[in-house]
Amino acid sequence: MSLQTTSVALSESPAHASAIPISNRAPTLRIRPTTGWAALNLGELWSYRDLLWILVERNIKVIYKQTALGMSWVALQPLIAAITLALVFGKLAKLPSDGVPYFLFVFCGLVFWHYFSQTAQRSSSSLVNNAQLVSKVYFPRMLIPLSHTFSTLVDFVVMLIMVFIFMAVYRVAPTFRLLAIPGFLFLTAMTATGVAFWFSALSVKYRDCNYALPLFLQIWMWASPIIYPTSSIHSPRWQAFFAVNPVVGFVEGFRWCVLGKSALNPTIFWITVAMSVLVLLSGAFFFRRTERKFADII
Amino acid sequence: MSNLALSIANLSKSFNIDHQRNGAGTYQTLHDALMNWPRRLVARLNRSHRPTSETFWALKNVSFDVGKGEVVGIIGANGAGKSTLLKILNRITEPTSGGADIYGRVGALLEVGTGFHPELTGRENVFLNGAILGMTRSEIKKKFDEIVAFAEIEKFLDTPVKRYSSGMYVRLAFAVAAHLEPEILLIDEVLAVGDIQFQKKSLQKMEEVAANDGRTVIFVSHSMPTVARLCPRTIWLRGGEVAADGRSEEVIQKYSNVVSVDQDRINWPEGFSNAGVHELKFTSVGLVDKNGRATTHFDYSEPLNFELGYTIHQSLSFCRIGFLVHALDGTAVFEVYDVDEDVKDGRREPGSYIIRCEVPAELLKPGRYGLSLNAGIPGIKNLARLDGVLQFSVDDPSLPGAAMNLPRVGVIRPKTKWFRKTL
Repeated sequence: MSLQTTSVALSESPAHASAIPISNRAPTLRIRPTTGWAALNLGELWSYRDLLWILVERNIKVIYKQTALGMSWVALQPLIAAITLALVFGKLAKLPSDGVPYFLFVFCGLVFWHYFSQTAQRSSSSLVNNAQLVSKVYFPRMLIPLSHTFSTLVDFVVMLIMVFIFMAVYRVAPTFRLLAIPGFLFLTAMTATGVAFWFSALSVKYRDCNYALPLFLQIWMWASPIIYPTSSIHSPRWQAFFAVNPVVGFVEGFRWCVLGKSALNPTIFWITVAMSVLVLLSGAFFFRRTERKFADII
Repeated sequence: MSNLALSIANLSKSFNIDHQRNGAGTYQTLHDALMNWPRRLVARLNRSHRPTSETFWALKNVSFDVGKGEVVGIIGANGAGKSTLLKILNRITEPTSGGADIYGRVGALLEVGTGFHPELTGRENVFLNGAILGMTRSEIKKKFDEIVAFAEIEKFLDTPVKRYSSGMYVRLAFAVAAHLEPEILLIDEVLAVGDIQFQKKSLQKMEEVAANDGRTVIFVSHSMPTVARLCPRTIWLRGGEVAADGRSEEVIQKYSNVVSVDQDRINWPEGFSNAGVHELKFTSVGLVDKNGRATTHFDYSEPLNFELGYTIHQSLSFCRIGFLVHALDGTAVFEVYDVDEDVKDGRREPGSYIIRCEVPAELLKPGRYGLSLNAGIPGIKNLARLDGVLQFSVDDPSLPGAAMNLPRVGVIRPKTKWFRKTL
């Protein structure tokens, strides 16, 4: 929807309203039908930042309400997943792990993956779950999926603390490389938000997305170096091709930060950066383009 | 009033009604989209016949200006486009053509309690709801005590709202919204909630907002007395178009007159219900006298009869069907339902029915009245509502006291018994 504060043109005033003096101020808001691509309107998003924080707060408070284990789920979910994967693929299938204890290897792989998939999953149904809001109140709709990008950070922080504990257990010395974690987190958040924009917008019209996304994420996980190292792909050309999946970059990036051993190289890194930006921007523009119909079809 | 608050020019909004889908829902599956694509391509190539969808105009070329500080009422039957208009002004949905220029910050109160989260406490919900309605955190903090006091829920501030009674819920929701401070306030039917006492308080608050703060208010309502009381100017929408625009008394009078004057019967061959309702359809409504003859003029000394035909397509429970009678200025006189006497637990089985409601003689004051129909499952779903569908008058030349027949106050004129003793 167009929101131009700069335009001065006044619409023609109908004759019956001639009793009211015509204003010579510029309108604060011009409502017109729009088509095609729309600007991202980041300024407006910024002006609604209070709402964003309150939505983030709501997400965090609500998610494990009325569960017996409460917030412990945040730690339990990835922990149990990592133990299962370590047993099946480490002990039984004996997959390689770049010489790192397999459990630690898998857990480090899961940190960003878990953050990424949780964000994508929670936000993809977020618009539909908030249909009441979308059809009754105006605010930048992007805030709803975006709020999950931030609220899932709680899960990430808990996992990060667990990583530090496991580092102590496995006697892995911390290095300055750990300082790069926020950078990789930023890339992960960008990609996750992009995916969230795509799926939340699509699921307004196609409820299929709610069923397709878990499947899609499952395939995506096997296509990412979580239970196996990227180094098991030997040719560098294939590795670069493999890195088109941005998850490769941040999973390897995290292992590099923590374990020091990883297949991360500048080529993979820059491909990941480019793909993250691409996913985020395409998602954001797609979202803005379809947003105007949300209230009519949700 | 030296300035314009909003200016609407040729505003139109259309929806596509897809016949194929039989109204089963507006969203489609990916499968449908993929499978229909070739068909749509073919249809696009030979444009001549596209029988599957029909365009419905919710708003057609609506134009009007509102000055700063004006309080304008919007009236009209269901589906006349009132809510669509507010949704466009509030940017929830986009117009199909035309546009509106808005001068100032817009705040809307389209439904009480949107954005409340049942798991959160009252306190948390005040912040959530306030932010959703466009307040900043510091604004909410400043008004927090006032909001809580207005809602009268001090004791339950830290209880999750899912444990609130519906009355408390509505009070809190209204309190938050009423403390919004936009320059232009859009309000849709929100005063029709809560108990009578709270309604009064809300109405007072709205009057205060409109009168003291010099805010521009667009107020949509079905209640003519409320519109007449709050708004000096009223716009009547009919079928998506502006039917009248002017002083509230005149517009309300026009609206009341035009709505089916002297018609004693309406039939809906296709059935009438609210949009998207399939379970129940009204098929006819009529006014008959004690001999079963159709009429719009009743004698004061005779009972009045309302007849309503309806079809049930799907079994329903707790469904009430009934009539509302209001005076022409909009004052409600009474509201009656068949579940009061006839239908046990509002249980409905598929079939076609005609109900007749007899209103006792010697009750309504001679004058003109409007009849409205309502069917719904209270608190769950409105099935069919039609305001002012028919009008009738109660006449009596031979009314007791006719000799001194000066106008009297009140909406009823019950036959009263008098006793006198000479001492």
